[in-house]
Amino acid sequence: MSPRKGSQGRAKVVVEFEGVNKWFGDFHVLKDINLRVRERDRVVICGPSGSGKSTLIRCINRLEEHQEGRIVVDGHEIGNDPKSVAAVRREVGMVFQQFNLFPHLTVLENCMLGPTKVRGLSKAEARDRAMQYLARVRIPEQADKYPGQLSGGQQQRVAIARSLCMQPRIMLFDEPTSALDPEMIKEVLDVMADLAQSGMTMLVVTHEMGFARTVADEMVFMDEGSIVESAPPERFFTNPENDRSKLFLSQILSH
Amino acid sequence: MNLRYSWPPSAWGKALRERAGATAPQASEIARTGAPRVSVRTAATLGRSGRWWNAPWFDTIQFLVLCGALLGLIVSGAMSMGYSWQWYRVPQFVFRVVDGELIWGPLAAGLAVTLEITACSVVLALAIGLVTAFLRLSDSLAGRAVSRVYLEAVRNTPLLIQMYLFYFVLGPIIGLDRFWVGVSCLAVFEGAFACEVIRAGILSVPRGQGEAGDSIGLGRAQVYRHVILPQAVPLMLPPLTGLMVSLIKNSAIVSVIAVLDLTTAGRDIVAETFMSFEIWMTVAAIYLGITVPLSVFMSYVERRVRTCD
Ligand SMILES: Nc1ncnc2c1ncn2[C@@H]1O[C@H](COP(=O)(O)OP(=O)(O)OP(=O)(O)O)[C@@H](O)[C@H]1O
Ligand SMILES: [Mg+2]
Repeated sequence: MSPRKGSQGRAKVVVEFEGVNKWFGDFHVLKDINLRVRERDRVVICGPSGSGKSTLIRCINRLEEHQEGRIVVDGHEIGNDPKSVAAVRREVGMVFQQFNLFPHLTVLENCMLGPTKVRGLSKAEARDRAMQYLARVRIPEQADKYPGQLSGGQQQRVAIARSLCMQPRIMLFDEPTSALDPEMIKEVLDVMADLAQSGMTMLVVTHEMGFARTVADEMVFMDEGSIVESAPPERFFTNPENDRSKLFLSQILSH
Repeated sequence: MNLRYSWPPSAWGKALRERAGATAPQASEIARTGAPRVSVRTAATLGRSGRWWNAPWFDTIQFLVLCGALLGLIVSGAMSMGYSWQWYRVPQFVFRVVDGELIWGPLAAGLAVTLEITACSVVLALAIGLVTAFLRLSDSLAGRAVSRVYLEAVRNTPLLIQMYLFYFVLGPIIGLDRFWVGVSCLAVFEGAFACEVIRAGILSVPRGQGEAGDSIGLGRAQVYRHVILPQAVPLMLPPLTGLMVSLIKNSAIVSVIAVLDLTTAGRDIVAETFMSFEIWMTVAAIYLGITVPLSVFMSYVERRVRTCD
């Protein structure tokens, strides 16, 4: 693995990919992926469209199945055992590009569903917890609205709160700001930066290079299903080793 | 504003509407295509295109003339046949009042049986539909094959033949009486439709919803119970009301196995009294009296799901 900041060098590995391969039919979407994420790491994954970034992080909570190799998350190997998949899903939160809030439930109910049904919290406990995290994403006043009544940025912040209510140890973000209008991107990124500050382990697929530069302690660049380069941001942005990373950076930073 | 208890909630309705792709014409679009400038008054008296033959009053006249012609045809036809109308004898077959006491006639009793059959079959058909829909959506090859064979068999054989199969083959084998033979045959027949409705409803919920449920740790059953079905059921309600209407109509077929439903009652009365015109018209009117309100209710629900706000 690439060198990392000294303070995090000895932290526990919480996500590990070992020689992971995945195919969609004949299409080889993940090619020999090796990746290690330690506790409190903030990993940003970038790369061109179709390079397999979403597929990679969706393998972590088994929204996608891999066919070869090992994925170990928080001590559980992800495989056909439904128990370990369930255990991992309880510890791993995910935020989607399209928010995927439950439209038939209020913001508060969205946040209470997991804690009451999965963690077995009482309604009152779940409500307190939900309000606490809604305050943290700065929208406690919207608790009784339905998702359809909120702006995109607000919906995405609710989605983050909904995940946090499960008190996960790891958070996955799949292009959380790509579906947002430009004026709403910042409010979501601010919440994510706060979360990073609090020490959450995060894997983030994003094209927001400003965010990556300030928050990430590891940049992973993917192309055509492989991890092409993996480096701390200061080196990745100033002096990328790989030609494809260079090309990608020059394209994305020129906008 | 009490959003919590309005059904379905307005924001939810908006989401459903957006998903259905129903978009109101944009103001800009109307400006571009140029909406016809017709004053409200003219529009009301002349109808959509502003021509007199599309006006509501002309429609009404057309309709009345048509009804009159039809009625005239029936009456004159009956007269030339020498048919003697005996409408005054019809009400006693529905109900009689003897010494201030209400006594239901055979048509009312038949209607009760028809409704009973319908109610039982609806419940059974929904159960069959639910099970087969989940089988069709499952990963199990055998499950998918079973539901596929069931659907194709039911859809591609006449209902009458299914009724005979149930009555002459299945009935004796499992020892069902006529009533339950009728109910189960209708349920199996309509279950195929229920299956399609339920399956389509479930599939219309975007995949991301299930994934979001998975990602917060809900189990399969919990995802269906708390995430997918609450969104799918409102979409299923209008077609399921249609299923009810179709069941009421199709239940007439139990008369071939001599279950005493509305149709059988009508046939028996005609055999006794030879009042075929009056009795069959009355029977049809009774069916209409039940199905039309249901259909109206269905389109009301449909509109609500699509446009509630
Ligand atoms: N369910 C699927 N079946 C078949 N092919 C798929 C499926 N999901 C994704 N793919 C293909 O796999 C490749 C990688 O997809 P993935 O969504 O992981 O890319 P990505 O890097 O996230 O791209 P983007 O930036 O567009 O989100 C794409 O070429 C895509 O077409
Ligand atoms: Mg993607």
